[in-house]
Amino acid sequence: MAQASQPGLNRPKTQAGKMPYWVEPVFTIIAFSGFVIYALWEVLFHNMGTYHNYVSPFFSPDIAGWFGLHILTALYVAWMPLIFRFSCYYYRKEYYRAFSFHPFGCAVTEPKSHQTRHYNGEWKINNLHRYTWFLAVFVLIFLWKDVVQGFIFSNGFGVGIGSLILLINAILLTGYTFSCHAWRNMIGGRKDCFSCTTTHGPKQKPASYGIWQRVSALNVFHGWWAWASMFSVWIADLYVRLLMMGVIHDVRLF
Amino acid sequence: MAEEFVLSIFRGDAEGGEEVEYHVPRIEGMVVLDAVHHVQAHDAQDLAVRWNCKAAHCGSCSAEINGMPKLMCKTRLDEYQGETVHIQPMRTFPIIKDLVTDVSWNYEVAKKIPAFNPGVAAPFHMQQWDVDRIQEFHHCIECFLCQDVCHVLRDHHEQDEYYGPRFMVKMAEFEMHPMDRADRIPQIKNEGGIGLCNVTKCCTTVCPQHIHITDNAIIPLKERVADRYYDPIRNFFRKLGGKDENAKQETPT
Repeated sequence: MAQASQPGLNRPKTQAGKMPYWVEPVFTIIAFSGFVIYALWEVLFHNMGTYHNYVSPFFSPDIAGWFGLHILTALYVAWMPLIFRFSCYYYRKEYYRAFSFHPFGCAVTEPKSHQTRHYNGEWKINNLHRYTWFLAVFVLIFLWKDVVQGFIFSNGFGVGIGSLILLINAILLTGYTFSCHAWRNMIGGRKDCFSCTTTHGPKQKPASYGIWQRVSALNVFHGWWAWASMFSVWIADLYVRLLMMGVIHDVRLF
Repeated sequence: MAEEFVLSIFRGDAEGGEEVEYHVPRIEGMVVLDAVHHVQAHDAQDLAVRWNCKAAHCGSCSAEINGMPKLMCKTRLDEYQGETVHIQPMRTFPIIKDLVTDVSWNYEVAKKIPAFNPGVAAPFHMQQWDVDRIQEFHHCIECFLCQDVCHVLRDHHEQDEYYGPRFMVKMAEFEMHPMDRADRIPQIKNEGGIGLCNVTKCCTTVCPQHIHITDNAIIPLKERVADRYYDPIRNFFRKLGGKDENAKQETPT
């Protein structure tokens, strides 16, 4: 089918009381660019990310330390969540819209430059998202260890603002990781028939069905988890960095 | 509050055309299709518009309202208070006349999808909770708004390479059915062109039946394609265990 009708608007008009279509991609451009610039500053110009019992999420686990390396230490960690997020189905939507205008918004005509080159669809490398999920879980285990450590001060158990920031960060990252579409497929989504696999009779719902249902419920908010956890990582790292620089002081709640 | 609505409706055919302005008296609760019918009855008896149920069930009155694909029967005019309402035909499909487009390409695609292939004769014994997820897909009314908004079809005109979101939903409906024995993954990947979808979710945004097209149909199918074609470790263990991925393959009917 070659012929396509062409009358009409090249972009939807903004409806009263609703956000213009360009707000979301512009927000994405600003937020992603800001985070990438901050991450580059953190990774390239700092080799330490620990302040007493607080460990920045950029520096955990201490992979560089395991191999006796002391430069660009965050780099050995940062690539794992980076490729997890890059191949994430939700982030694909955001970056294809914001950065490659494929499309910039729903029913928004793509730039003329797109008409002169063949569209190949999404990058095949994104099909490896399932492997990056395991890397994300690996990192997450250490972040939860850091949460526990964040509540243990030199004089025993305590709660500081930093402890709470690390805890919230770990919760949000857990939500993001376990609402993943690839995990949803692995845990049961690939099955056509849950009742066929149970050994307790066809009417007994197997555990995988229950987990798949819970993951599906989390998955509805995968985009929310994605944004919230990105900002929580940013805030957690910035908090530890400012403590290390002496710009702020940690507040112990008790 | 204005006593009338101002509509700007595309009038023309495949040779070309332009928007013509009409004024329609305001009636409380009026939808766009009501106003178009008023124009048809009073101002332009030759205005072509396709409609049937006027209740968001038949999927006939798809159009672009102020540039966004919508059902005319489900779009209230008071959402556009004080604005001129632009109504155009669906942009992805060839125009026949005015607001009517030729959507027959969709029916050609539908013919390419192998029918449900249970392998055993009905009646089937299934658990309701096994089929809950595919029942969401049965809500589709084939309005083709998702096909209209999909940039792969709308901007890149890849109709020969990609079936579009509507038919990914159809394929998912069969592929996830506990009784279906056809192996649909090769078709989904190759002729269906699922790799062309870059998950920008506009199909989900415009779906008047609120089907989670991307999250519940396209992405699970992409994951199944990845299971088969892009997962070397899974492939290794599959071969080691002597599992035949095509065990449920029957010649599609």
